[in-house]
Amino acid sequence: MARSVRAPRDLRTVLQDILPKLVLSPSLAAMLVFVYGFIIYTVFLSFTNSKMLPSYDLIGLDNYVRLFGLSAWTTALINLAIFASLYITICIAIGLLLAIFLDQKIRGEGVLRPIYLYPMALSFIVTGTAWKWLLDPGIGLENTMHLWGWDSFKFGWIKDRNYAIYTLVIAAVWQSSGFVMAMFLAGLRGIDNEMLKAAQIDGASNWQLYRRIVIPLLRPAFLSAFVILAHLAIKSYDLVIALTGGGPGRATELPATFMYSYTFTRNQMGVGAASAVIMLMGVAAIMIPYIYAELKEQK
Amino acid sequence: MTFLNIDNVTKSYGAVEVLHRVDIAVQEGEFLVLVGPSGCGKSTLLNMIAGLENITGGEISIKNRVVNDVHPSKRNIAMVFQSYALYPNMTVGQNITFGMEMHGIPKPEREKKLAEVAKLLQIDHLLDRKPGQLSGGQRQRVAMGRALVRDPDVFLFDEPLSNLDAKLRVDMRTEIKKLHQRLKSTIVYVTHDQIEALTLSTRIAVMNKGYVQQLGTPKEIYDTPANMFVASFMGSPSMNLLPATLRASNGGLAAELTGSDGGKLLLNLSQDGPNLRAYLDKPVVLGIRPEAITDPDGVDRNAKNTQPLRNMVHVTEPAGSDTFVETTLSGKACIARMRADVDVQPGQPFDFIVNMDKAVIFDPASEDRITG
Amino acid sequence: MSGGAQDQAVRTGRIARTFIYVVLIYFALFYLLPLFIMAINSIKPLSEITGGNMMSLPAEPTLAPWKSAWSTAQIGVEATGLKPYFMNSILMVVPAVAISTIIGALNGYILTKWQFRGSNIIFGLMLFSCFIPFQIVLIPMARLLGLMGLAGTTWGLILVHVVYGIGFSTLYFRNYYAAFPTELVRAAMMDGAGFFRIFWRIMLPVSGPIAVVCIIWQFTNIWNDFLFGASFADLDSMPMTVALNNLVNSSTGVKEYNVHFAGAILAALPTLLVYIVAGRYFVRGLMAGSVKG
Repeated sequence: MARSVRAPRDLRTVLQDILPKLVLSPSLAAMLVFVYGFIIYTVFLSFTNSKMLPSYDLIGLDNYVRLFGLSAWTTALINLAIFASLYITICIAIGLLLAIFLDQKIRGEGVLRPIYLYPMALSFIVTGTAWKWLLDPGIGLENTMHLWGWDSFKFGWIKDRNYAIYTLVIAAVWQSSGFVMAMFLAGLRGIDNEMLKAAQIDGASNWQLYRRIVIPLLRPAFLSAFVILAHLAIKSYDLVIALTGGGPGRATELPATFMYSYTFTRNQMGVGAASAVIMLMGVAAIMIPYIYAELKEQK
Repeated sequence: MTFLNIDNVTKSYGAVEVLHRVDIAVQEGEFLVLVGPSGCGKSTLLNMIAGLENITGGEISIKNRVVNDVHPSKRNIAMVFQSYALYPNMTVGQNITFGMEMHGIPKPEREKKLAEVAKLLQIDHLLDRKPGQLSGGQRQRVAMGRALVRDPDVFLFDEPLSNLDAKLRVDMRTEIKKLHQRLKSTIVYVTHDQIEALTLSTRIAVMNKGYVQQLGTPKEIYDTPANMFVASFMGSPSMNLLPATLRASNGGLAAELTGSDGGKLLLNLSQDGPNLRAYLDKPVVLGIRPEAITDPDGVDRNAKNTQPLRNMVHVTEPAGSDTFVETTLSGKACIARMRADVDVQPGQPFDFIVNMDKAVIFDPASEDRITG
Repeated sequence: MSGGAQDQAVRTGRIARTFIYVVLIYFALFYLLPLFIMAINSIKPLSEITGGNMMSLPAEPTLAPWKSAWSTAQIGVEATGLKPYFMNSILMVVPAVAISTIIGALNGYILTKWQFRGSNIIFGLMLFSCFIPFQIVLIPMARLLGLMGLAGTTWGLILVHVVYGIGFSTLYFRNYYAAFPTELVRAAMMDGAGFFRIFWRIMLPVSGPIAVVCIIWQFTNIWNDFLFGASFADLDSMPMTVALNNLVNSSTGVKEYNVHFAGAILAALPTLLVYIVAGRYFVRGLMAGSVKG
């Protein structure tokens, strides 16, 4: 038998092998520079005595020590804790309730669903503007109630240091709860109907059906909702700016507004960078396990 | 001349070797079936022939051209995929001619080839439809049309019938066989279905755990399986593999089994030889196909060495054309395949006849067949 | 007996259903209320707002607040209305959406159909980049835009939005293409189609639904962005959201609530319109991005 001749690799075959990597490389480079490079740069700045401009004098953990010594930062963290826990809990509660109710073969679901969802198409600036005046005691809800004859009605949270943070919750819940509803609805629609029939034949009441079977099955939706809402809460910036501007006083200061004002208006770039790093760590603590699990599951 | 030569081919993913030194030489016009359980490496091997997976070691050559580094589209092969892989956005006609279009074949020629193939596969009336509007069998034909129109050196089939229902699968199987007989094309066909392998192939490579267990004609594979894996994988119900002891008897050899009552039963073997004699008074495994165990009236007339065997019947399963009878030998369930109208009662002893011409002996440790 | 039991079941069902409808409608009103108030108060003269009830319909409807918001309201130093900023946003959004969507489609195609060692890690890195708090990149980004001479320009904003939009667009296309049978790509490869030809002839023709989703998502996100706009834009490139915030929160002069409402609706209009036209896909896409399976 004649010895086989080895056909050479032609140019096109070689090109086909490297093309995918070539096409992906600009994105990879952009991501490495603009995301991960920038993160490293900001982390670096957080160890320097940068003020108005970046400086390269390392001062160790001083910025972090100063940051946690600042009452404004502590206030921002406490506010975030209050805001995030209420925002997440209420959004999930409303979202789940609406999703379960909408899933009862409701007439007009096609009309109701977009009504619940449209706020999420809006900018937080628009949401903030709308709620700012709605909650304003002078011209908003309080005024209306007074005009309708309910004179004792008081609703001045937005002007009240102790309650302003809750107005943030109201506006944020208004914007996001419809989206959470959609996530739960998708989860509900994904549940096998035969399983529900089997449970009914087993004698489960509607309440038991939801408590024991449906809601446990929605675990992935709960997890996704939590992750998304939690990272939105940490990133919340626009809404505060539009609704309260961080006020009254510092009553609605959040880490995001703190970072911006310390970096760009108070020229404390080192402290600002340190606060950004803490925010990133907060998001990473939530996102990395989630992403890891997602990628593993897909493998 | 070897048409498609798979020479010492290995495949590794990182440190894990999934295919070990595979050697198969395929002649022109052969229908080679790669068969084995899932994960045995058969699809990996097919993908390596197609060029869809890299070859870690060894060489694959088609018509004496080593194709290891040749792009799939330049190997002059065509493939029919398990899911048919029809382009959903193109019509049937466009699906079939896409490859020719990519190879820069002028339109009139494409149209001519399309008409030929469509006629051959009786899909002329479907050419303007989209794949989504076709039935499973029609999609299968289109997928074959796409391969045929390329006029390749080698056709590759990757479990092409596994998405069809039972009835259609049998029909399409016959059609593929007819097509092969008419076109005399060279085919490598992957399946996990041993019946498909036996009916379609001119040669079969039985694979398991990345090794080719046996390469041979369907008859060789069925009658003289190389080892216990091949014996149990090919054939349905699978070959009875019974623990036995090899004894000398009447100048020849016999397999000693334990009956359902605990007594010893001797079955004289048809074969003899030094290799077998080395196992005298040692444990072996007696392999015997269900159809070689019958009632006295059902014995194969050409059988030279038939042995009676009286044993208890546990279960009978009438299956229309046959009746399967289960008994216990050497503590293992043993299936016999009998005529449909045979009179066998569960719980009663029965006089079986064993056609020992068809019996094979395996080494229980290596699980390989002991030859002569 | 059994008939009675059935009646019973239907009757409790009816009460439950009534309750469900009441709750659902109550929430619908909650979601609609702010938009309704913005809409009716944007066509009232200012006196009707300050001196009247925000819930009441306008006694003398007027389009003057809209005209003012669009073309004459004071934003920053100049009384230009929101019009130039609306245009800035359009000029920023259209290229940014187009570029990030195209790149995302190619990335998704590569990460599913041309996987290589490490491609999953790259995807993990991209996925995480979707969720970082952008505060972490503000300082270096401002420096880099300055160095590149893009500070305060629309091009600078386009760059920023493309860079931080790629993560999501890649995620969408990747998840969509992951469900697309790889055998089709292999078949096309054996038919002799190359990398770009497979993308163009096989993948793109079936990418309509996810392209719509991705475009809507990117459009909404980039149009609604405030942080980057506020950080990197100057007066000539300021996007709509920043201009609206300046309009509403400017401390000088009388607060023209009606103009603010009209401005807010103007800022919301493009995304609302997109949402009304293609909202169904929008929801579906969000699902694909967040809830798997």
